[in-house]
Amino acid sequence: MQNVLQEIGINNYIYLSTILFCIGIFGVLFRRNAIVMFMSIEIMLNAVNLLLVVFSTYHQDAAGQVFVFFSMAVAAAEVAVGLAILVGIYRNIHSIDIDKLKNLKG
Amino acid sequence: MLTTVFYILSAITLATAFLTIFTRNPIHSAIYLVICFFSIAGHYLLFNAQFLAVVHIIVYSGAIMILLLFTIMLMNLNKEDEKHKSGLTILAAVASFCLVAFVLLAAFIKSMPIIEEYYVSGEDYQSIKVLGQVLLDEKNGFMIPFEFASVLLLVSMIGAVLLSKKEEKISL
Repeated sequence: MQNVLQEIGINNYIYLSTILFCIGIFGVLFRRNAIVMFMSIEIMLNAVNLLLVVFSTYHQDAAGQVFVFFSMAVAAAEVAVGLAILVGIYRNIHSIDIDKLKNLKG
Repeated sequence: MLTTVFYILSAITLATAFLTIFTRNPIHSAIYLVICFFSIAGHYLLFNAQFLAVVHIIVYSGAIMILLLFTIMLMNLNKEDEKHKSGLTILAAVASFCLVAFVLLAAFIKSMPIIEEYYVSGEDYQSIKVLGQVLLDEKNGFMIPFEFASVLLLVSMIGAVLLSKKEEKISL
């Protein structure tokens, strides 16, 4: 097996996951649909996971990949609870536009 | 060869991530996101992390996307009636996109690498056997976080059921 990091270089992976993370941030700020905001959060989590795997390969240490498993478990829990909250919001105001959720503004 | 594969996979990843955000229809967003997750699993395969790639496909492209798609269908959101945000908000989003990218890149590129020269030791460090040993090792493994992850999943399952149960309507 050829080695990936020797061939491609770690900098390219750093650029890739940084841009992916920033796309996620942009999605959270840009969209009003709460489900698409959730998807953007997933993109951000995946960018971080990708960088963890890259550095785990770079240091040839399995702990980075084990950390990714935990982050996946937390992401799954987060999505389950978050979508349940969204369903509750939709039942109450019949929309998931986050700009309509400003009752605390007074 | 590997470089070409990397560039193709990266192009797919970034393009589908952008399309996820810019498509008006949430169903199309979800489908683009599935393609994005598959290409990230391809990146994991490039690193020879097979177990991680399979788990990624099962958890993200399988479980999470099914959950998202079912929620979209439950709420009947497959129409494109979302209004765009105001110009100022878009400007702020673009500015923060650029600033965060700048700060992160500067921090990563300027930081000193711990390993000056990357080399391959040829040692096995990411097969399922080694991962299981690191995860469940008795002394310095991740035994207690592993148990806590299972408790977290149980609690989130109970929480999701409780939250989505039918209840008295709260007037908003």
